[in-house]
Amino acid sequence: MSPVLAVYIKECKESLRDKRVLINSLLLGPLIGPLLFLLMMHLVVGRELEKAEQPMQVVVIGAERAPELLDALRQQGVQALPPIADAKLAVREQRIDLALRILPDFGAAWRAGRPAQVELIYDSSRREAQGDAVRLRVLLENYSRRNGALRLLARGLSPTIATPLVIATLDTATAQARGALLFAMLPYMLMLTIFIGGLWLAIDSTAGERERHSLEPLLINPVPRDRIVLGKMLATASFSLASLVLGLSAFLMVSRYMPTAELGSSLALGPQFFALALPMLLPMVLLIAITQIFIAAFARSVREAQTYLGLAQLVPLIPSIALSVLPVKAQLWMYAVPLLGQQLAIMRWLRAESVAAVPVALSTSSTLLAAILMFLFTRRVYDSERQAIAD
Amino acid sequence: MIEAKGLRKYFGAHRAVEDVSFVARDGQITGLLGPNGAGKTTTLRMLYTLVRPDAGEILIDGRNAQLEPLTVRRSLGALPDARGLYKRLSARENIEYFAALHGLSRQEARSRSDALIDTLSMQDIASRRTEGFSQGERVKTAIARALVHDPRNVLLDEPTNGLDVTSTRNLREFLRALRASGRCVLLSTHLMQEVAALCDRIVIIAQGSVVADGSADELRASSGEKHLEDAFVKLIGAAAMGGDS
Repeated sequence: MSPVLAVYIKECKESLRDKRVLINSLLLGPLIGPLLFLLMMHLVVGRELEKAEQPMQVVVIGAERAPELLDALRQQGVQALPPIADAKLAVREQRIDLALRILPDFGAAWRAGRPAQVELIYDSSRREAQGDAVRLRVLLENYSRRNGALRLLARGLSPTIATPLVIATLDTATAQARGALLFAMLPYMLMLTIFIGGLWLAIDSTAGERERHSLEPLLINPVPRDRIVLGKMLATASFSLASLVLGLSAFLMVSRYMPTAELGSSLALGPQFFALALPMLLPMVLLIAITQIFIAAFARSVREAQTYLGLAQLVPLIPSIALSVLPVKAQLWMYAVPLLGQQLAIMRWLRAESVAAVPVALSTSSTLLAAILMFLFTRRVYDSERQAIAD
Repeated sequence: MIEAKGLRKYFGAHRAVEDVSFVARDGQITGLLGPNGAGKTTTLRMLYTLVRPDAGEILIDGRNAQLEPLTVRRSLGALPDARGLYKRLSARENIEYFAALHGLSRQEARSRSDALIDTLSMQDIASRRTEGFSQGERVKTAIARALVHDPRNVLLDEPTNGLDVTSTRNLREFLRALRASGRCVLLSTHLMQEVAALCDRIVIIAQGSVVADGSADELRASSGEKHLEDAFVKLIGAAAMGGDS
C-alpha cells in the first residue's frame, strides 16, 4: 500500500468514527447554506411583499386643510393616522416611519392657484421608511400633475404644454436576473459548505495530531513528509466534497420552497446548475483543503487552529460582498482569481446564462495552481524541524 | 549497530547537545544515562533522524543517517518521548497503520502485529479502542507499533516512564529478549536502577557531553566508587564543575 493511501484510509476511518466530524461534515456543513438562505429569502421577500400589499400608514398633520387630497390618497391605499405633537422628533426617534404635513396656508394657496405646499417627513437613512416615502411621493406627484392638467384645460390650454418630456422605462432585467441579485450570497454559502466539511478533519489531523503527541511517532516512519501531507489533504478534500455534494442537493430540494415566483423571478437552481457547479468547484475543494491544513499546521493546539480557521472562513466573503456592492462587469482576468472566478461563474449560471470554456478553464487552472503552491508551502512547513518537535 | 560521532545540536542560544560520541553494539543493551536536561532526548532525536545535527556523523549499521534518512529509518524502531496514540483506532489498528507506512503488505502487517501482541501480552486490549488505555497499555501499544517492521536497531526514550512495577518488569523482559535475538537496543533514562538492572554498557551524558562510557564495573573502577549511584553522581558532578569553570 502506498503511504499516501495508508494515511488517507487512516484519516478517513478515524474521522468517520468521530461524531464531531460527522455532524460538521455531513450535517451542519451541507445544511447551513440552504437553511440560512431559505431564512434570508423569506425574510427579505416576505417583507417586500408585505410592504407592497399593505395599506400605507401615514401620520397626517393638518388633514382638514386638504380634504380632497386626502380622499385621493385614501383611494390609493393610504391610511391617514391622527396627527401627533412633534412629527420631526417622532421620525428621528423612529416612533413613526413617515409623516405628511399640510401647511396652514394650503387651502388659500390652492384656491388662488399658487403652488400649495406639503411636507414629507422621513429619515432617508432608514431603508424601510424609504420605500414608503418614495411611494407617497409618487402619489403626491401624480395628484399634482392631474390637477395641473385640469387647471390648464380650464384655461383652454393643452396639458401637453406642461409635459415637454416623457420618460418611458424598459427594464431589461430578466426574471432570472432579478432573482439572482438575491442569490448573490449563494456562492459564498457553497464555499462555506466546502470549508465546514473538511474543517474538523484538517484540524484533527494536524494541530490535533500534535496536541495528542502522535505527530513525532508518525514523522519517524520512513515516509517522505509530502506523502503524509498529501494523504491528509486528500482525506480533508473528500469530506469537503461529500459536504458540497450534500449541500448542493439540499439547495436543489430547498429551491422548490423558495418564494422566488412571488417576486416574479425564477432561478436556474436545477440539476443543470448542479452539473455545472460541481466540477467548477472541485479545484476549490482541493485549494480549501490544503489551505486549511497549512493554516492549522501553524497552530500549537486544536483551539488555536479553530481560531485561525474561523477567521479564514470569512475570506470567501470578500468577493461576494465586493460583487454585490460594486456591480463590476466581469473581465476575463477576474476568472483567474481563485474564489472570484467561481463566484462569477456560479452567479451567471444562476441567471441561466452560459459561461464560455475559456473562463472556466482559466479559473480551474489558476485554482489548481494555487492549490499546488499551497501544497509546496505546506510541505516546507512539515519539513522544518520546528514542526516535528514543537510540543 | 549505532555509531554517534561528535554530535552537536544548538537550538538558538540553547546548547542542547555539545559533543556526544558513542557506539551501541548489536546484541547489547546500551543505556544513555543522564540527569534531566542533559541532552538525551535531543541525542535520540538526531539518531532516529527527526532533527539534523549541527555537527558530527551518525552511522546506523554503517549507513550515514544524514545522507540516507529514509533507508536508515527502515532499520530503526524508535519509541519517542511523545507516544500519543490514535484514540478512535483500536490498538491493532494503531499498529497496523504504522505497518502500512513502512510498506508492509496486509498479511505481513497482520502476522507481525499478531506476533507483537502475543509477545507483549496485549491480547485482551488488541481490539479495543485506545481511548482510556492505562499508561502501561499505551506504552505497550506504542512499542508494538514502533517495532512492527522488525527493526535491527531499537531506540527507546525513557521507556519505563510512568509504568508500574509489573509493567516495568515485563518491559525489561521484552528488551532482554530483543538483546538475545541480536538486536541493538539503546535506551535513555535518568534512573540508576534502570541501567543497573538492564544495560551492558552505560554512556553517561551531562550538559550535552559524554562524561563516561563503559560497563557498570568499568564505571565504578574509573570513578573509584563502590556503588554505581555514587559513581554516577561523581561523574556528572565533575562535568557540572567543568562546565562552570
